Amino acid sequence: MSVTGVLRPGHIVLRVLDLNEAVYHYTQVIGLFETGRDDQGRVFLKAWDENDHHSVILREADSAGMDYFGWKVDSEATLDDLAAKLEASPLARDTVWHAPGEQLATGRRFQFTIPTGHRIELYATKETLGCMTGYSNPDPWPDGLRGMAPSRFDHALLYGRDIDGTLELFRDILGFDLAERVVGPDGEFLIGAFLTCSNKAHDVAFIRSDQDNRLHHVSFILAGWHEVLHAADIISKRNVSLDIGPTRHGITRGETIYFFDPSGNRNEVFAGGYIWYPDRPTITWHDSEIGRAIFYHDRKLNEAFLSVTT
Amino acid sequence: MPRVAMLDTGEQYLCQDGETVLAGMERLGRAGIPVGCRGGGCGICKIRVVSGEYDGRKMSRACISQEEESAGYGLACRIVPRVDLQVEIVGGMRKGIMKHAPERVQ
Repeated sequence: MSVTGVLRPGHIVLRVLDLNEAVYHYTQVIGLFETGRDDQGRVFLKAWDENDHHSVILREADSAGMDYFGWKVDSEATLDDLAAKLEASPLARDTVWHAPGEQLATGRRFQFTIPTGHRIELYATKETLGCMTGYSNPDPWPDGLRGMAPSRFDHALLYGRDIDGTLELFRDILGFDLAERVVGPDGEFLIGAFLTCSNKAHDVAFIRSDQDNRLHHVSFILAGWHEVLHAADIISKRNVSLDIGPTRHGITRGETIYFFDPSGNRNEVFAGGYIWYPDRPTITWHDSEIGRAIFYHDRKLNEAFLSVTT
Repeated sequence: MPRVAMLDTGEQYLCQDGETVLAGMERLGRAGIPVGCRGGGCGICKIRVVSGEYDGRKMSRACISQEEESAGYGLACRIVPRVDLQVEIVGGMRKGIMKHAPERVQ
C-alpha cells in the first residue's frame, strides 16, 4: 500500500521569547533556511531537502511552546473527507477552517484540538520552492549548507493527559499506525504512543503527563551517526544548551542528541530508526525497562529529559 | 564578581560579571537549583531573590507571572546579579510522566 491520506508532518509553529535569537539558532546552529516572513512577524523556515515552502514557523510570544502542528494530506478531497470525519467525532474539539493564505504560501487548513490539548491541522496545498539539489541529475547534497544541516523536519513528541483519546483519533480517524507503545505495570495502561503515517518508525509521539498541550521536542533528521556527533560538536562550539546525548534510543532505534533553542523549546537531531510497514506488529515496552527504552546505553531515567517541557 | 548564596543548601558561589545565577552554578559544578532548558521557557529553575539587585532577561509568562516577577520571583537561567544575591529555590522537577491512571496511584 502506498502512502495515502495523511502524508507527513508538514509544519510546526513554535513560540519563542526572542525572535532574532531564535532565527539565529534555527538557521545558523541547526541550519534551516529562511523562506519568508508575514505581516504578523512570523518567520518561515525549511530544511535543504524539503520541497515545500516551509516546515518550521517561529512566532515571538511571551511564552515558549507549540502553537500548532500541521499535517499534509494527499489531496483537497482527502482534506474534505477527513475534516468531515473530525467534525463528527467527539475527539476533535474547536474545529475551524482557515482561509488560503492565512498562513503564508499555504492553502486552506482545517484545525482542531485533540484530546491531549494540542492544536493540530490538516492541509493539502502549499507552494513549493524545491529542494536545494533540484530534481534533474541532482548531486547528493547541495553547496551552502551550514550548522547541523538536517535534511527534513521529521517529527515531534508531545505531552498530555488523555493519550488514549489522542491515539484513537490519530489511528481510527487519520489512519496512523501504532509502531511502538510504552505500557505501565499492569501491561495495559498506556504511557507512550509512537505513531506513524508513513514508512518511518514515528511521525509523532505522545507521552502521558499530568499537563495538557505540552511540547517535549521538535526533531530533525540527519544522515547518520557521524552527523549526530558533528551536531554535538556544534552544540559545544556554539555554547548551545545541551540536554542529553549523543546516545541511542531503544524506542525507534534512533541515534540522537537533544538540546534547547534559546527560548527553552527542546530540539532533537537524530539518524537511523527502521522501516515501518503497516503489517509490522506494534512493539511494546514495559515500564520496568523504560530506562533502556529511552536511552539504550545509559539504561536509566533522566529526570530532566522526562520533566522539562514547554 | 557577585556572590550568590543559596539559602536552602547554605552553599555560595561567585558569578562572573554578566553571567546568570544558573550558569554560574553549573560552571562551578555546584548543585542545588534544578537545571532545565536554560532558556527561560520551562520554569524548572524558578527561584525567589530574597536580597540583592539583579537584571532579569525575558522569561516565559507561563512560568513567572507579572505579580511573581514584582515579588522577586524569577528563573535562575535569566537572572544576572548586579550585586551579591541571596536566593531561595522554588522550582523543581515536576513528575513528567504518568505511569498510572490517577485513581490507581497508591
